[in-house]
Order: sequence, then C-alpha cells, then structure tokens
Amino acid sequence: MEKSMPRKGMGLDVLTLAVVLIVLSVLGLLWSAGTQDPLLQVHTWIMTGAFVLGLVALAMKGFAGLDNDQSRYNEGIIKAGVIATLFWGIVGFLVGVIIAFQLAFPALNIEGIGWLNFGRLRPIHTSAVIFAFGGNALMVTSFYVVQRTNRARLAGGIWPWFVFWGYQLFILLAASGYIMGVTQSKEYAEPEWYVDIWLTVVWVSYLLVFLGTLMKRKQAHIYVANWFYLSFIVTVAMLHIVNNLSMPVTLYGIKSYSAFSGVQDALTQWWYGHNAVGFFLTAGFLGIMYYFVPKRAERPVYSYRLSIIHFWALIFTYIWAGPHHLHYTALPEWTQTLGMVFSVVLWMPSWGGMINGLMTLSGAWDKLRTDPVMRMMVVSVAFYGMSTFEGPVMAIRSVNSLSHYTDWTVGHVHSGTLGWVGFVSFGAIYCLVPWIWKRKRLYSNDMVEWHFWIATIGIVFYITSMWVSGIMQGLMWRAYNSFGFLEYSFVETVEAMHPYYIIRATGGLLFLIGALIMAYNIWRTIRGDVRKVEPLPEAEPLAAAIPAE
Amino acid sequence: MNYEAMAHFAQTWGMIYFMLIFAGAVTYIFWPSNRKKFEDAANSPFNEELD
Repeated sequence: MEKSMPRKGMGLDVLTLAVVLIVLSVLGLLWSAGTQDPLLQVHTWIMTGAFVLGLVALAMKGFAGLDNDQSRYNEGIIKAGVIATLFWGIVGFLVGVIIAFQLAFPALNIEGIGWLNFGRLRPIHTSAVIFAFGGNALMVTSFYVVQRTNRARLAGGIWPWFVFWGYQLFILLAASGYIMGVTQSKEYAEPEWYVDIWLTVVWVSYLLVFLGTLMKRKQAHIYVANWFYLSFIVTVAMLHIVNNLSMPVTLYGIKSYSAFSGVQDALTQWWYGHNAVGFFLTAGFLGIMYYFVPKRAERPVYSYRLSIIHFWALIFTYIWAGPHHLHYTALPEWTQTLGMVFSVVLWMPSWGGMINGLMTLSGAWDKLRTDPVMRMMVVSVAFYGMSTFEGPVMAIRSVNSLSHYTDWTVGHVHSGTLGWVGFVSFGAIYCLVPWIWKRKRLYSNDMVEWHFWIATIGIVFYITSMWVSGIMQGLMWRAYNSFGFLEYSFVETVEAMHPYYIIRATGGLLFLIGALIMAYNIWRTIRGDVRKVEPLPEAEPLAAAIPAE
Repeated sequence: MNYEAMAHFAQTWGMIYFMLIFAGAVTYIFWPSNRKKFEDAANSPFNEELD
C-alpha cells in the first residue's frame, strides 16, 4: 500500500471541487434570477443554497486539514451513509404506511391539503424507499466493500463526499418536486430534466470513485461483490440517461417532453423500470449478500465459481425482461414473448445465486438460532428466492392476464423489497455499525430479535393480503354473467378489497415499528451503550459456540 | 437499416455473439489454472488489513 503522510490543506481533489461548486453557485444564482416559474424558483434556491453550503463546508474542512491518509480506510463516509440509510428508510416506510391507510380510508386524503394526497405521496414513498433508503444502503456498503476487499482507501479524496451529499440533494429535489407537482410521469423516474442532469453528474462521480478504488488494488482478481456493485452503477447510469432523454420547453421552466413517443416510449420506460429492479434492487443488493453473508458466517462463499456464473447469467438475462410489463399492449407480440421467455430463464441465475447464498451457511447453521442478524440475512435470501420464483410466473402472458394491474403485483414487489432488499440492508447495517464505531457488540441483540419477528409478521400480513386481494380483484374483473355482461362494476371490486387494504396497512405499520426499534438500537450502539440485562460476550456461556450438527 | 433487417440481424448474429461471449465466460470460470485465483478471491473478505 502506498504510504503517505496525512495531508493538510488543499489537494487537487479539493481544488477541482471548489471550482465546480463556485461555478455551480454562480449558475444557480443566474438561473434563479432568470426564471418566472415559481416551482423552478423553489428548486433553484434549494440548489444554489446547497452549492453555497457545500463551499462553506469545504472551506472549513480545507482550513482544518483534510484527512486523506492512505494507510487508513475512509470510515467517516461509512458512518454518514449508515445514518442517511436509516433516516430515509424510516421516512420512506412512514410515507408508505400513510398512503396504505389513505387507500383503506379515502377520507384521509384531506381536501384542504391536496399536496398530501395519495397521488403526490405515492412517488415520495417509492422514491424514498428505492432510491433514498436503497440507494444510500448500496452506496454505503459499496464504499465499505470496495475498500476492504481491494485493501485500498476510497479514491478521489474529497469526491466521495461530493457523491454522498450530491445524492442527498438529488433526493431532496425529487421529493420536494413531487409534493409541488413537478413530475414527468414516468414511474420510478418522475424527476424532471434538471434533476435528472444533476443525478447524472453525481452518478458519474460515483462510478469514477468506485473505479478509481478498484484501480488501486494490489491483487489481480476483483472480488465478486464488487462486480455486482459495478454492474449496478454502470447499468443504472445507462438506464437513467436513456430513459430520461428529453427536451425541456425552456431552460427556465420545469416542463420537458420525452424524446420517445407511443409504444417506443412505453418500452423504453419498462426497459428502464424492470432493470431498475434487476440492477438497482437485485444486482446491487447481491453485492451486499456476497460480502456480508460470508463475512457474518465467517466462512467463504459456498462456490466462488457459481457466483461468477450467477453474475454473468444475471447480467445477460435481466436486461431483456422488461417487455413483460407490456403484455397485451401495442408492443409487437414477439417482443412480449421475448420479455416473457427471458423472465422465465431468469429463474436459473436467481436460484443459483440464492442457493449459493444459503449454502454459505453450510456447517454453521447453528448461527440461525444464535445470531438474529445472520437469520435476518438468511431470511432475506429466502425472500429473494421466493420473489424471483413468483416474478417469472407472473411474467407468463396467461398468468399476467389475471395478475396485471391488480394488487398481486403490489404484493410481489413488496415481498422483494421488504423481504429481500429491506432485510439484507438491515442485516448489513447491523453488521457495519459495531465494526465501524468499534463496538464489541450491538446495544441489544434482543431488540434485533424483536425487529426481526415484528417485521417478518408485517411482511407476511402484507403479501398474503395482497395475494388474496389481487387474485380476487383479477377474477372479479373478468367475471361475466349469463347475458355476457360484466358481473361486477369497478367500485364493487374496490369495496371487496377494503378489509385486505386494512391488513396490508397493518403489515406496513409493523414493518415501520421494526425499523424504529432498529433505529433506537443503532443509536444506543453508536453512543457506546450496552443493554444491562444483556451482558457483553465475556460473560456469555461458551455453550453457544457448539454447532447444531 | 430498416426494421426487418435490424430484427434479422439481432435474431441471428446478435444471438450468436451473445452466446459466444457467455461461452467465453463459462470457459474462464472452469479453466483449471484459475482455481487457485478464485480460492484466494473467495477468502479476500477475511484478509482486510491495509498495508
């Protein structure tokens, strides 16, 4: 490892960032002065304010002396990322619970505060959980894993901090935009053109920081978790740029028009949308699995070769699955069939990867009983297996004719996001916090048990109610009476779903309660507390170490 | 290039191109001399001292 003294003052990284921020601050000021659009005015103020704040922070840090010691890992950014992940997770889950109750009880959409109705809050929920919670979880774990497995400090000096704060600014702009009604109406890609450009800048910086760290490695081979992270970063950049190709009406207004129209626009959107699932919610979190599961189980991954096959098969297959979102539409039938076939083929890499993750515990199954964090991650991999079994079934055209546009889809998505994405992220954070803050253990293992069981019961409530509600909804829509008329009116199906909506909202509430318990546990761990009724490891009986076999 | 020519190219040469790349990846994975490298890599999470 390259040895160097802790650096004081300005380096090239600080200098370039300072120049970028000065230019952006001036541009932001001119832009806010030029626009007549009240919504864009709010956003230009937020952006200019953020750039100026960034400059102030940079100046204060620069004078104090910047730590870029190459003989130590960058751990400050990991701490910030863990806190951001938890914060946005709770915001996202909370908004999810609110909109679930709004669906069950429409009176909660209060007329006087229209900006808090379901239509405005729904994209806040989806973006907050996917991009704010999931995105921060991926960013923080990728920064941790790329440093540790390549034994190199994060590259780019101050730039990882630009990536971190730039991403938080993106989240703030997206969420405040949705509340004000700034949206380009593309699902999971709602932010307008200028927010898209900002995310592109941040994301390319993220890619450069990640690649720069990989280039500093000493060994020839790059550990597989990094492959998954890299494919996530590269593919999301590609998807984001292509799906958001659009022309603003004026540089001083929020509104833009997509470069595509009609069925081309629909296919581009779902090529983006499904690969957001494939590369953001799957490949990225598989990066977490391939590092944190072996690390926590204290044994290498079951089969390293299988992990590479998993990687390439997943990459080759996922990118074609998007058209299954457009069955029975104007999309050419062969394209629909292509999407369907590739979705079914995805079974193989998904289950190969799931088996690889689960079998890593081979010989250490007792940890499932003794270590709630390990159990959380194993259950997350089981949910990965379950939702990647369900997904291909739903992508088959004849099944899709029943499931599409119903709550079954919503239930499927949540078994993947709450079960797989949520639990594997919680597991990774429960691992990271004691490692990074140098604590012997979490504040309380019992609280992890409570979190695990409350959240698991919440997920079961959620997905079972949505199965029943969704299949019922689909069957009611296609029911004809003896005269060939539709048996049910639309509102009758809505009425029939009411009890399931309440069960679903309760499930979501339980998941939120679990996350609040986690936040308390993590806060106490960071403070260095240990729960009195659960003494430290020295006092624990050695019997816990005897394997189950 | 019209739509038919594009579709024809994708369904023949495009497919062969992807299959060859995938075959290359599988060959790399099972190449005997790579075994040691993969074993070392699998253990890299357990060796994280910086220096």
